[in-house]
Amino acid sequence: MKPAAFAYCRPDTVDEAVDVLARGDAKVLAGGQSLVPVLAMRLGRPGTLVDITRLPGLDDLSVVDGQLEIGAAVRQRTVERSPSTASVPLIGRAMPFVGHRELRSRGTVCGSLAHADPAAELPAVAACLGATVVLRGPRGERSVAAREFVTGPMTTAVDLDELVTAVRFPAARAGEGFGFAEIARRHGDFALAGVAVRVRGDAAVLAAFGVSDRPVVRELTLDDPTEAGLRPVTDALASEIVDTDGDAHGSRGYRARLLGVLAARELARAHREAACS
Amino acid sequence: MAGAGRFVDDLDPLPGTLVAAVVRSPHPHARIRAADLEAARAHPGVAAVIGPDEVRAAVRPFPLSTTTPMPYLPSATDAARYVGEPVAVVVATDRYVAEDACELVAIDYEPLDVVVDTRSALSDDAVLLHPEAGTNVATDRTFSFGPVDDAFDRADHVVHGEYTFPRYSSVPMECYGVVAHWGVDAVEVWANFHGPFTMVPVVAGALGVPVSRLRLHVPADIGGSFGIKSGIYPYVVLMALASKHAGRPVRWTEDRVEHLLSSSSGAGRVMTFSAAVGADGTVDALRVDLVDDVGAYLRPPEPSTLYRCFGNITGAYDVPAVAIRARAVVTNRAPTGLNRGFGGQQLYFGLERLMDAVAGRTGLDVAEVRRRNLVRSFPHRTPTGGLYDSGDYTGALDLLLAKGGYDELRTRQSLARAEGAYYGVGLALVVDPSGTNIGYVGLATPAADRKPGRDKSGSTEIVRASVDLQGVVTVLLGSVPQGQGHATVARRVAASRLGLPVSQVRATVDMDTASTPWTVTSGSYSSRFAPLVTSAVIAAVDRLAETVRAGASVLLGVDASGLELADGSVRDPASGASCLFRHAAGVVHWDPGALPAGSPARLSTEGEFVPPEAVAATAEDRINSSLCYGFVAEMVGVRIDAATLEVTLDRVATVHDAGTILDPVLLEGQVLGALVHGLGGAAYEEFRYSPAGQPTSATFLDYLCPTSAETAFELVSDHVSSPSPLTPLGAKGCGEGSSMSLPVAYANAVADALAPAGVPVTSLPLHGSVLHDLLREQLAPR
Repeated sequence: MKPAAFAYCRPDTVDEAVDVLARGDAKVLAGGQSLVPVLAMRLGRPGTLVDITRLPGLDDLSVVDGQLEIGAAVRQRTVERSPSTASVPLIGRAMPFVGHRELRSRGTVCGSLAHADPAAELPAVAACLGATVVLRGPRGERSVAAREFVTGPMTTAVDLDELVTAVRFPAARAGEGFGFAEIARRHGDFALAGVAVRVRGDAAVLAAFGVSDRPVVRELTLDDPTEAGLRPVTDALASEIVDTDGDAHGSRGYRARLLGVLAARELARAHREAACS
Repeated sequence: MAGAGRFVDDLDPLPGTLVAAVVRSPHPHARIRAADLEAARAHPGVAAVIGPDEVRAAVRPFPLSTTTPMPYLPSATDAARYVGEPVAVVVATDRYVAEDACELVAIDYEPLDVVVDTRSALSDDAVLLHPEAGTNVATDRTFSFGPVDDAFDRADHVVHGEYTFPRYSSVPMECYGVVAHWGVDAVEVWANFHGPFTMVPVVAGALGVPVSRLRLHVPADIGGSFGIKSGIYPYVVLMALASKHAGRPVRWTEDRVEHLLSSSSGAGRVMTFSAAVGADGTVDALRVDLVDDVGAYLRPPEPSTLYRCFGNITGAYDVPAVAIRARAVVTNRAPTGLNRGFGGQQLYFGLERLMDAVAGRTGLDVAEVRRRNLVRSFPHRTPTGGLYDSGDYTGALDLLLAKGGYDELRTRQSLARAEGAYYGVGLALVVDPSGTNIGYVGLATPAADRKPGRDKSGSTEIVRASVDLQGVVTVLLGSVPQGQGHATVARRVAASRLGLPVSQVRATVDMDTASTPWTVTSGSYSSRFAPLVTSAVIAAVDRLAETVRAGASVLLGVDASGLELADGSVRDPASGASCLFRHAAGVVHWDPGALPAGSPARLSTEGEFVPPEAVAATAEDRINSSLCYGFVAEMVGVRIDAATLEVTLDRVATVHDAGTILDPVLLEGQVLGALVHGLGGAAYEEFRYSPAGQPTSATFLDYLCPTSAETAFELVSDHVSSPSPLTPLGAKGCGEGSSMSLPVAYANAVADALAPAGVPVTSLPLHGSVLHDLLREQLAPR
């Protein structure tokens, strides 16, 4: 379990990083919590690793114009502990489920988005809230809506010569309520099914994860916002959303069951919270 | 915790040691047409590459305990039979280079059809893993003891159950590690191998060297094993051969993927149990059919999973008659072996699920039906030849039900059911064998074919002890512990026996087969430390005491025979006169000429313990398969979320009888560790294979072990103590108990919880997805 030989590059500027990426056969190294095992098992063998963890400007974590901006080098644990994160309560709810604390102390938020594991929490949170991913490449900077960012299983809209530099989450507004839940075999395992929800009045957004090749977003109107009233709706939604054969940890049917239960619970909860906020 | 442990990978015994990496088969079953090793050999930094030709030329197949022709070598030669089977070894300057060169090894495989499960292995048209055997059945024996047919003819109820038990491991923190050097005088090896030392002659035989020229060192620290590391010995052979080709010492450190792919696991089992039951719930006879999946080869000590519990196959119950069919089949899966509880978790899964079925059929409470069948007087001879040395099964059950709050949990169940929720209570009562009698290995061979004068029996231990010039006693243990605290206990046992403060006794762990006393049954397995090793410690220090008494007789001017050792002194009880232990020892060291004629003068000596009652299998195939038999009574309460079907352990209550308790803290550690190990098999862990034979749980992403977060259940633990009459201290082994009982107690609890839904629980692991699918099947229209 030793990686094949690779070149290691730690550029001083974002432009330099982009230059290295543009030369091809390169991969961005941030927290390394997914990439390093892939290298060690030789499932991937990029020629060059571009270490972005010390690039100036990528370690910003700030609230600007009603948005929480998280730079590409910011660790998940930093976000978890930052007072600024209170502006996006859903991140705080989701973060304890992201791996384990030890992993979060290395892993980055943008790295989780760029890795785009179908069972990951943060891409679902980003999709639920309508976050924006900021990319820099040889053609300059561009933004991609989180809901369009993940294009398939562990594939994203990031071009090979582009670098994710930040993600912007819209801050919560008055009258909004949120919910997050997932079920895994053990705490810290990839979710068998999970939901991130936002409710405003009777309008709800639900992002489901762990049940398809990417986060699945649905907007719905809550006619009966009680858990019992929602179950028929969410059960039907779940059987439509779940698009995986499942595995030994969670069959397709079980994942649909979980999604229906969790969606109803969290939508009802978020609705109560919205009414109080 | 000092961080000063010295594990095999910390050792650098031979400067200039090179590093090996292993090329493994990606195919579950494939003929090897050719192996081209030249590109790998030409890679810069590579010292040697060995493959099928080198192994075939130099290594003899390991001797097996059956005659079925299923030759087993440490790496594939003619065919690869499981994913992860070693095919070649690359020796290089470092592991990176070695792994680079592994990619240059070109094996020409011809994929073959696969056999991935037990039932298909048994079918007539199955592909044969070892065509020369003509079958995938490696061993098939039937036994019958007592009036089985009569009992079934007369039975008021015949209760039948079919069960399967999964493969899982113990996943020690430290993986396998070997340093091997093919030297001029001897093959010298350092490995975290913990026995059984029956494998030492097996390794020597495979290498074609005399046992006396295989020198094995085991580091004092091993990072866990729980039986799994007994499967390291084929790598000892492989690395020794790699060293011979490289002309240098070779180190191989197994990585986690290798470990999960192909090290070892407990055997999977498909089994049927039938009970002949009287109207009052008394079980009069059992019929047992066991089929173990041992993987691609019958790797020794398999098929011992079938026989380790032979003497206690009727469990905690006084069942006078039993018929047994014991088979092992080969499949395109990794070979199996020892795993904490060895054979017990498989056996009791069937037997204790059956007892719940007996309760269901007779309408009796699950505790009551067990109570009615318990063995009540000791010693108790089982129909299969086991001799239960001591126990108080009824007392232990009563204690469990009282302290564990059986009635309280039943109340919780009633309340839960009234709300439409799931709550279940599961029991398991198991006999916990310790101190294996190697004689059970003979059972794989029909009695008529066992050669006269070649019987096997016993489980001898030898310990060396000495007194130094300051009167400090040192006990040398070759017991190869993996973190159990052998030295802590041995030191206290020796100090207590010699009447010395603990500070005047040292216990060191050091296994070097060239200098440490060992026997063919040495090792750390079958919970043998407490019953066997401590008994040998007593024998050794008793000999020292005899010598020290002789020295004291000179100083006290009295006869040695009546002298007592206490408080660091040797005392004459008649006069009250005494001298210090160290002064008495000093006479022996410095002035042996003063000793009375004929006195012993050994202050460095050995003591052995040869367990009584551990004799060879009889001509009728009866065997007392262990020296001691402890007991575990266990109860599990589970709550199951009706919506998500997540299973929560509400309470685990466990009562153990390990005879005399030598160290309560270490015992409690063993109890908790075994419980969590059992929980792994019950709810989380399983080595799974796809229908095509590919392992699907070869990383910790998919092979899930319980972590501290999964152990937050309420635990009630207590003990009864029925000292063994067969060991000097009355101690029995205690390292495995709950790993045998918790899996089935958990299954019984889950089955009890889901009883209103009528769901059959016949296998493990049990978790939300499994329960969902079971409930779906139950509800599906037929």
